[in-house]
Amino acid sequence: MSDSTRSDPARADLARADTARPSLAARLPGLSALGPLLALILLVALGAYLNENFLSAGNVTNVLARSAFIGMIAVGMTFVITSGGLDLSVGSMAAFIAGVMILAMNALLPSMGVGVPLILAGMGIALGAGLLAGLGNGLLVTKARIEPFIVTLGTMGIFRSLVTWLADGGTISLDFGVRQLYRPVYYSGLFGIAWPILVFAVVAIAGQIAMRHTRFGRYCEAIGSNDKVALYSAVNVERIRLMTYVLLGLLVGLATIMYVPRLGSASGSTGMLWELEAIAAVIIGGTALKGGYGRVWGTVIGVLILSLIDNILILADLVSPYLNGTIQGVIIVLAVVLQRSKSSA
Amino acid sequence: MSTAPERAAAPVLELVDVRKSFGPIEILHGIDFALHAGEVHALIGENGAGKSTIMKILGGFLAPSSGAVRLDGAPAPYTTGAQAEALGVVVIHQEFNLAPDLTVSENIWLGRELGGLFLDHRAMRTGTQALLDELDSPIRPEARIRDLPVSDRQMVEIAKALARKARVLVMDEPSAVLTHKEVEVLFRQIERLRAQGVALLYTSHRLEEITRLADRVTVLRDGAVVRKAGRGELTEDGMATAMVGRKLEDIYPPKRHHAGAVALEVRGFSVPPLVKDISFTLRRGEVLGISGLVGSGRTELAEGLVGLRPASGEILRHGVPVKVGSVREAAACGMAYLTEDRKEHGLLLDKNLAVNLTLSTLARFGTPFIDAGREEAALTRAIGDFDIRAPRRDMKVGNLSGGNQQKLLLAKTMLGDPEVVIIDEPTRGIDVGTKSQIYAFIDALAAEGRSVIVISSDMPEILGLSDRVLVMRHGRIAGELEGERLTENAVVRLVMGTNEQASGSASHV
Repeated sequence: MSDSTRSDPARADLARADTARPSLAARLPGLSALGPLLALILLVALGAYLNENFLSAGNVTNVLARSAFIGMIAVGMTFVITSGGLDLSVGSMAAFIAGVMILAMNALLPSMGVGVPLILAGMGIALGAGLLAGLGNGLLVTKARIEPFIVTLGTMGIFRSLVTWLADGGTISLDFGVRQLYRPVYYSGLFGIAWPILVFAVVAIAGQIAMRHTRFGRYCEAIGSNDKVALYSAVNVERIRLMTYVLLGLLVGLATIMYVPRLGSASGSTGMLWELEAIAAVIIGGTALKGGYGRVWGTVIGVLILSLIDNILILADLVSPYLNGTIQGVIIVLAVVLQRSKSSA
Repeated sequence: MSTAPERAAAPVLELVDVRKSFGPIEILHGIDFALHAGEVHALIGENGAGKSTIMKILGGFLAPSSGAVRLDGAPAPYTTGAQAEALGVVVIHQEFNLAPDLTVSENIWLGRELGGLFLDHRAMRTGTQALLDELDSPIRPEARIRDLPVSDRQMVEIAKALARKARVLVMDEPSAVLTHKEVEVLFRQIERLRAQGVALLYTSHRLEEITRLADRVTVLRDGAVVRKAGRGELTEDGMATAMVGRKLEDIYPPKRHHAGAVALEVRGFSVPPLVKDISFTLRRGEVLGISGLVGSGRTELAEGLVGLRPASGEILRHGVPVKVGSVREAAACGMAYLTEDRKEHGLLLDKNLAVNLTLSTLARFGTPFIDAGREEAALTRAIGDFDIRAPRRDMKVGNLSGGNQQKLLLAKTMLGDPEVVIIDEPTRGIDVGTKSQIYAFIDALAAEGRSVIVISSDMPEILGLSDRVLVMRHGRIAGELEGERLTENAVVRLVMGTNEQASGSASHV
């Protein structure tokens, strides 16, 4: 009955359409949705063809674990962009949170000693700092009504300068004993899967569900689509917008928690350009840059595409790895061009 | 009826038997209309009578479906607004066509800048100053449009028209945005242009302006010319009667509402800056019409009542004072507002039917996860109840016809089961068949015991639906009409401010 909508007054069909399904073509995601997935598959095939070690457990774990930081941030960024916002400060925010977290743990060390409570305290501080940072961005956007671009451009500079100041221009290092205890959070895992990958997977799945099946996700899309309509439809536009920034801040905190045990230090160059990678991943994944439509699983694919390019360039020795940025840039521009040709069609 | 003064001079710009259809609906039925050099020709009629369509055809923005546009006796050679301007036919739209961040001078020369590789700023400024001097205007050529009051912007538009050597100037309700004093300035400029031999078309809802300015008057009703008159041949009363002049059609349901207890009482309600000191009551099962010109504060009042605008004053539901600071709080008090602007404020055009239907009541569809099955069931019910005709359920709402969009918006509003429903312009841009369906829905709401407020610029609609009518003027209630006294003439007079005896009408222009 999928093709019976034309002849009769459509209403009769619609009234009993509970059982009716859209045609197969309508149910399949469009080419624009499948594009990033195809690109990912092609990249994997290319990588496997160029280097036999590409599909080895070690390399896959390496790629995924390094994707995880940007990935968690990009999932949060998906909600911000979907609701019509933007956050340029996440990279600096991660560096700042890492610096604060390490300094706090070092300061607590004499009183608490090396142990799990100290690590947990550090994690709590990271999440708290992320929450406050996100809250600051969100309040400036919603209450002070300043453009998100301007707000987060400002806080990007502030966080970056603060961490440089905290490190006195150098590096903030975690106490060696604590670092040994904390290391497994990045390097170890469960069932052979590294913790960052597991946490990223949980965040991605929860994000996808939140976007598709909860009011929060629906409201984000509604606000990004037309915030006036959302306001007239009894949606608390300001609160939802604020929540997207707070959520992103929390996820930056979570990413930092997974990142700090990797190097055990933070400096003025920690998290450099993460914001661009996160935004790029969101856009490549098919989320509309001007808001109104978000696709969390697309963002995950976007993150993987970006990390794979990096990885293949290093492994394949085909093109200089220094051209990584060039290739990523081309892909980002292409993704937006494809989006536009879709919407104008 | 045709008693227009015969003139020897041929018209500058003329419509001959012009018809215009949008889709299957013809909205102009054979219009003959002429503009003469050195004359002000007023075009009046109710909203939707076809005035703006005529102005668009004259200005080259729309092509007639049949009939001819003649410039100097020959078929008009233009097909776009820009081409028409180049030939001296200039339209000043209600929403001005000025770049707010550019200066007066830059706007006036926009697209025709003087100079070669580099702009000749001095020549343009001198030219602008000369134009403004000619208009006796103190505006500085360097002023930014953004910093100018509305009346000055109007003057810049006129200067721009002069700079383009306008022979025909079409003005769409230029006085609507002006204060009394500014209107005087505008009139002097119009009289000056007339003396210079420009052919002017003037529209306004303020009939006293027509009496003062117009050398000829053409009255439109339902897309046809119903009256042509020369200066002094038609009183303001006569104009109002000619504009209204029709029987109510039977697309309206019979009035059989039995008003119950007071459901809503509003006391001393103000929505700054326009709406001041509004008080009224609304009963269960009653349809209350609110009439008035665009800009009289009707929408502002409604939006204030449901918490979309900051407001002061008292709202009582069933005699109990309630606080309404947001749409959510309004919904909690059983009040809902259906916006006049369904494309910008009502519906998410790039989302599907179900998402739109449930947006304002999403909490009822499951927590924490939205139950897609319940959403689909609600859509099925809405499609049945409100006769929404969509080729596909998962299509974007922006691709629905205006009538079906409006039905969906109505379904969305009613999903919250409000007791008090405020419907702003229920049938704007909707064909007649769907109109009568929407009237039937509104009637059914009242019959169920709900209280309905209908805001409309459409006079027959207000009269056909309402048990009682409030007329707003300049942000205040100009009068209330009910029963025997509820006639088209009475409403039009209150709306236009030509009424002397109606109760509560204290304001004059």
